Amino acid sequence: MTITDFLFFAFAGATIMAALGVVSSKNPVHSALFLVLTFFSASAIWLMLEAEFLAITLVLVYVGAVMVLFLFVVMMLDINIAKMREGFVSYLPVGALFAFMMLAVMVYVVGPVGPDVMGTAALDNAVKHGPEYSNTEALGEILYTDYVLAFEIAAVILLVAIIAAISLTLRRRPATKYQTPANQIKVKRNDRLKIIKSDAEVLK
Amino acid sequence: MGLDVWNWFPADAQTLLLILGKIILILIPLMLCVAYITYAERKIIGYMQIRIGPNRVGPRGWLQPIADAMKLMFKEVIIPTKSDKFLFLIAPVLSIMPALAAWAVIPFDRGMVLTDVNAGLLYILALTSIGVYGVIIAGWASNSKYAILSSLRVGAQIVAYEIAMGFALVGVLMASGSLNMSDIVEGQAGGISSWYIWPLLPLFFVYFISGVAETNRAPFDVAEGESEIVAGFHVEYSGMAFAVFFLAEYANIILISSLTALLFLGGWLSPFEGMVDAGHWLGETSLFWFFAKACFFAFCFLWFRATFPRYRYDQIMRLGWKVFIPVTIVWLFVEAVMVVAEVGPWAV
Amino acid sequence: MNTIKHFIKSFLFWELLQGLAVTGKYLFAKKITIQYPEEKTPMSPRFRGLHALRRYANGEERCIACKLCEAVCPALAITIDSEEREDGTRRTTRYDIDLFKCIYCGFCEEACPVDSIVETHIFEYHFEEAGTQIMTKEKLLEIGDKYEQEIAANKQADAAYR
Repeated sequence: MTITDFLFFAFAGATIMAALGVVSSKNPVHSALFLVLTFFSASAIWLMLEAEFLAITLVLVYVGAVMVLFLFVVMMLDINIAKMREGFVSYLPVGALFAFMMLAVMVYVVGPVGPDVMGTAALDNAVKHGPEYSNTEALGEILYTDYVLAFEIAAVILLVAIIAAISLTLRRRPATKYQTPANQIKVKRNDRLKIIKSDAEVLK
Repeated sequence: MGLDVWNWFPADAQTLLLILGKIILILIPLMLCVAYITYAERKIIGYMQIRIGPNRVGPRGWLQPIADAMKLMFKEVIIPTKSDKFLFLIAPVLSIMPALAAWAVIPFDRGMVLTDVNAGLLYILALTSIGVYGVIIAGWASNSKYAILSSLRVGAQIVAYEIAMGFALVGVLMASGSLNMSDIVEGQAGGISSWYIWPLLPLFFVYFISGVAETNRAPFDVAEGESEIVAGFHVEYSGMAFAVFFLAEYANIILISSLTALLFLGGWLSPFEGMVDAGHWLGETSLFWFFAKACFFAFCFLWFRATFPRYRYDQIMRLGWKVFIPVTIVWLFVEAVMVVAEVGPWAV
Repeated sequence: MNTIKHFIKSFLFWELLQGLAVTGKYLFAKKITIQYPEEKTPMSPRFRGLHALRRYANGEERCIACKLCEAVCPALAITIDSEEREDGTRRTTRYDIDLFKCIYCGFCEEACPVDSIVETHIFEYHFEEAGTQIMTKEKLLEIGDKYEQEIAANKQADAAYR
């Protein structure tokens, strides 16, 4: 077993254990942190597949931004853990059924049996690239030539989603008092303060 | 004799040992720098406040950081009763780990780098973005109100400033056409006038100020906010656990200073390249230039702390979202136009 | 016009640079730190430190047990017992000052009609055991004997202003 094999099994094991932790841990904060670990070890596996751009982006976007906001929400929850555990057994059969179905579909699509939809068979003799190979450049070349239309459409959809989210949450509430930093920092001394010269006076 | 022992190791082990050796060569000076930047901070801020700062331990106080480290090492680490013990103890590790791991791709001089990866810039962005976990987990695991308030502040602040920081780096990326740190530096060859700071001046300021905000340093230190939330996320920490947070903060300062020097000021390149006679040491590229530039930015961190009062939280958010992000986007657009029109120092 | 000026100023970091210039200037200013154990600040003759009981030049203690200091002490730190001595004068048998209670206001010194109880310039002292903070008559007289010259000089220097 080479070091690469060892690393693969270590990271794959970590991914699976962490994924199990996500669904089985009692505390939602722990679940969220397990999810972070899952992303992290998955990105390590991608790194071994020479997909360094995707791996680092996974960490940057999901671990660095999305999961932080997730944790934010989960940390603020005041939940009764005992109540959360109720119904675990009664939901188990349905959950297990769906999990099994998803597993079956995944094996069918990417596994050794069934039609080779994803072209995984070709991966067996994939070319190993040297250190000069830049995954980022290769991705960029495909993304901005062959798939430029799909890429632009995805960008527009995301932009629309951002605008929609902002317009849904942005509402004027006249009752709330708020400060406008822009106006506050514009204030100069002379707007607030007036220095008056007055002669000294003796009280009688 | 020594060589024979070396060859006795299998090839894999030799590589591993070489890498470990290089890591130690980077880490030990780094840790010394971290220790002495705490001393420099106390001295410089003292001088700016017309005091002389620590001068009792050793000659002129030079042993002060060692004494501080000894004190923290022998102090008890108190774990709050109702805290999440595992997360409480792992949080400091999570905060120092990215601060140290980022040094793997920082080139100190031509070819003097642990791993010269192609996606170096992305790697650094990713690592700085996971540094926030240490703080968030520390705040939550402490089971303390001050700590969690602070971790919420940090989370929102870091996510906000990371975007501006990322956009500023996109500018560097467009100018250099590479994500490799060494290539970015080499792209600035040709003396002080060809550094990226001039064409990317607004991005430079956005990057450095965002860097100050990312490291939670004054004037963006609402995470610590002594006057409102005691000490923020590390209020429940003591002894070595606290020391690790402290180390992480200063390691991050040095990291941001070095990155600014590398990305905008041409790292190890000499500012007088082509101005003095060939062969003169002033015109040569050397570790000295990198060190001097990084030191200047580290000094700026301390200078800012001695000068500026703490920002109000809503003003921090306004600066991040409403000023920095529009500024960077506008400048990226300008830069794109310049690249297309082939104006400016970069050749595409 | 003002808006444009404000806009340009804020993008040039004008006010921030002004602030940095101030701190930058003081970085090179002469430092005003007094290195305490080696250097000391000048002290007023009115300084109120550790107490002392004085004697006359002939060796007779000044205190006549009038208890004015005990009465004026706002912290109730002074305790005095007195008896008649063989020569018929009234003298203290006990004169205790509890330094944990004392607030060093100097009222005792002001109240004393014979300049007996004084506060000296001594401020570097400590107690290692509970109970030693009570300054007894013997201890106070000892301090007075030891520092009589300085106490007298300080009194002399301040006399014109009283």
